[in-house]
Amino acid sequence: MNEISPNQTLENKWIGQSTIRPDGIDKVTGSAQYAADFTMPGMVWGKVLRSPHAHALIKKIDTSKAEAMKGVLAVMTGDDFPLLPLDVPLPTGPNDIRWISRGCMAREKILYVGHPVAAVAAISQSIAAAALELIEVEYEVLPHVIDVDAAMAPDAPILHDWVKTDGIDGPTNISNIMTVKTGDVDQGFAESDLVLEREFKSAAVHQGYIEPQACIVSYKPDAQSTIWSSSQGQFMVRGLTATITGMATGDIKAIPAEIGGGFGGKTIIYLEPVAMVLSKKCGRPVKMQNSREDVFHSTGPAAGMSAHLKVGVTKDGLLKAVQGAYNFQAGCYPGSPVGRACHFSFSCYDIPHADVQGLDVVSNRPNVAAYRGPGAPQGNYVFEAILDEIAEELGIDPWELRLRNALAADKPTIYGAKIGEAGIQECIDSVRHHPNADAKLGPNQGRGIAIGYWGNAGGESSAQLHINEDGTALVITGHPDIGGSRAAMVNIVAEKLGIDYRKVQAQIGDTNNVGISAVTGGSRVTFAAAIVVNEATDTVIATLKGRAAKTWGIDVEAVEWRDGAAHPAGSNAGEFDPLSLADLAMKAEATGGPITAAVSKNTTGHMGVVGAHMVDVEVDPETGHVKILRYTASQDVGRAIHPAYVEGQIQGGVVQGIGWALNEEFIYHESGRLDNAGFLDYRMPVASDLPEIDAVMIEIPNPAHPFGVKGVGEIPLVPPLAAIANAIANASGKRLYELPMSPPKVLKALSE
Amino acid sequence: MAKNHVTTTINGEPVEFLCETHETMLDVLRNDLGLTGSKEGCGSGDCGACSVMVDGRLACACLMLGAEAEGRSIETIEGMAAGEELHPLQKNFVKEAALQCGICTPGVLVAAKALLERNPDPTETEVRYWLAGNLCRCTGYDKIIRAVMDTAAEMRAN
Repeated sequence: MNEISPNQTLENKWIGQSTIRPDGIDKVTGSAQYAADFTMPGMVWGKVLRSPHAHALIKKIDTSKAEAMKGVLAVMTGDDFPLLPLDVPLPTGPNDIRWISRGCMAREKILYVGHPVAAVAAISQSIAAAALELIEVEYEVLPHVIDVDAAMAPDAPILHDWVKTDGIDGPTNISNIMTVKTGDVDQGFAESDLVLEREFKSAAVHQGYIEPQACIVSYKPDAQSTIWSSSQGQFMVRGLTATITGMATGDIKAIPAEIGGGFGGKTIIYLEPVAMVLSKKCGRPVKMQNSREDVFHSTGPAAGMSAHLKVGVTKDGLLKAVQGAYNFQAGCYPGSPVGRACHFSFSCYDIPHADVQGLDVVSNRPNVAAYRGPGAPQGNYVFEAILDEIAEELGIDPWELRLRNALAADKPTIYGAKIGEAGIQECIDSVRHHPNADAKLGPNQGRGIAIGYWGNAGGESSAQLHINEDGTALVITGHPDIGGSRAAMVNIVAEKLGIDYRKVQAQIGDTNNVGISAVTGGSRVTFAAAIVVNEATDTVIATLKGRAAKTWGIDVEAVEWRDGAAHPAGSNAGEFDPLSLADLAMKAEATGGPITAAVSKNTTGHMGVVGAHMVDVEVDPETGHVKILRYTASQDVGRAIHPAYVEGQIQGGVVQGIGWALNEEFIYHESGRLDNAGFLDYRMPVASDLPEIDAVMIEIPNPAHPFGVKGVGEIPLVPPLAAIANAIANASGKRLYELPMSPPKVLKALSE
Repeated sequence: MAKNHVTTTINGEPVEFLCETHETMLDVLRNDLGLTGSKEGCGSGDCGACSVMVDGRLACACLMLGAEAEGRSIETIEGMAAGEELHPLQKNFVKEAALQCGICTPGVLVAAKALLERNPDPTETEVRYWLAGNLCRCTGYDKIIRAVMDTAAEMRAN
């Protein structure tokens, strides 16, 4: 057998130890089952026909030839879903089911290249693909618009005649305008000694999860239908599929497969309702999987944007006013995360006067989806890059400028909320005094810094804890484990029960066997699941103490639980040998039956967190290529339940930021088609692009959480864009105001 | 369309299968032979999640036709552990948290094993360039590189 010992670094038992994850061996041997790895008896294959046009009316769809093809079992179009009317909002979290439904299958019109128009189920993948070519669709092609600024122009093609926005006369692609206002910006600028006004642009980027969406759906007319799929939430899958297909929620069982990356992109669905309808039509389980091209053409990326911002400061570097607007691509239907940009970009700072607008703009692209701190990286990039220029203009150290304006715990942000003891000083100090800060820079090399903020989330979570007959334990939670969260739950249960962590198994329950749980997102899983797992463990320990009291014939108050066993609490309680968890488990039948607990809560008490990043780059003056030399990322993690996976979150988030800053972008052909829908042309960072990523974990415990957890997953993607932009400016003397800072753009800036 | 009959060796075992002419080796492994450890991340040879060894050479199974397996010897992630005994790379990946979601892990492991068989003492730069064909979106590669380097050192010592 493989006895793998964890690297233990601290004195305490399991919380804070980098234990071996319970699903680890499955994942290194290829036996872990992701959605596309699953098969069912009688299974057939579903495939989607996608629009070649960016904007068009569907005049007619003739599926008869496809239906007549041998081996084709079912064909569907948007009319097979119940109509979710355009004027009846169906919000679910930050999304709206009206739009998710129309992203699964187009209805009134085609809004992007790749928009699903029809789907087939057939006995083989090749027959399904051939059948798609037999579906005849008559389009009336309309003018399209891709770029966010072009979509706001007065003569832009209008996507939706039903969009009406306060403050705008007539049809528009601006589907919402929000405003964050405090103080009086005119006064603020009058009090300023230096006012900088800058414009920025950043391209849409994709989450880039390596596993394309996949599912198998088996419809049963007289029993529960089953969905096996890869997502960030089995309850989300169940609920959305029910609404989109018109089924009762209880008629669906959603089983979470292992998930091959999501980063926010799998908090909504694209295939499951289509597969459900096809399965219902043909009476067979239907398997569907996106190709990589499908992922790029039809799943939600992160919003691209344009922005302009005016910032006023005194000569001492004290911020007086910010004014401007973020214009976010929402995709083809309303709903970008622009609000987060308007809030979190400024959370760390004391700014007396502000007037910031957030515009939500539709254009002919797939609807945006969440991506790790939705809205925050883009927003942060703009303000932290301007701060860098201010520091340079005023001759103030960029760290010092940030510390001078750091928001005190008792003061409000420009949007009114307080961020509390957010650790701005601690995070900055840990990077400023890191050995990497002493590294000498050579020619064409530069250093950049940025800090950032992200709010994190609580929400609904459920857990069960079962004590097995031999004293081992099983903890079941309701959110997919996307990066090692099972290991964190095991640490908590083992610590509290006082048993070896190897005696605790962790499972992600399906929608039939664990209570409702919100998606894996908002950096919430370890925070929220730990709360319900903690309470479930407390309940189990209370039961165990009761069983010992009963066995000994003493009051339960006279029993204490420590080191994995019930002990008499002091000499007054009587002289009894301890009863271990295994002893009590073995006697459970005789002392009252199975020992178990289930807890469900809407968790609260989450706290936002700060990150501080420092990066050294080298700019190649010949090619415009930017090489990352060193990267130091610090953040307040609250408490690291499993340090190795917390570090992993930081390192992974930083590298996504490096990709966003330097290479990644959606490039559109003038026809409205995405030109780089593959990993060769959509260039994500590879191992040889990168140095070590130095992750620094600051632990300032969250007082409202039983273990001090705050949430770690998203904040590491917030500061990198600005930090790298600032480093390039430091290295080359040229500032770039557009992402990505790819070699052609850097070269152009160098020649200006 | 008539299918092709293919006789090959997979993880040391004789295997026969029927495949359509255009069917990739990856589809054969996953859909016909039930060897789903090799993953499809792109289908275009860019992500390395389907890395396998073909007659001792590292290859993307998605870029090879099933029919090309005729007479060859193929090794997949399923053949990497010796029965229950994990390969040192597999042990160290788990121990050092060199995976998060795990979807790229089989391909990374197959590629890393190929590297260590060819070069038991690689520099960090050599490891980074060798694995440049394997995309990982979760880890930022840091812990992967360290796990490979540590395994190389451990295997040299043993």
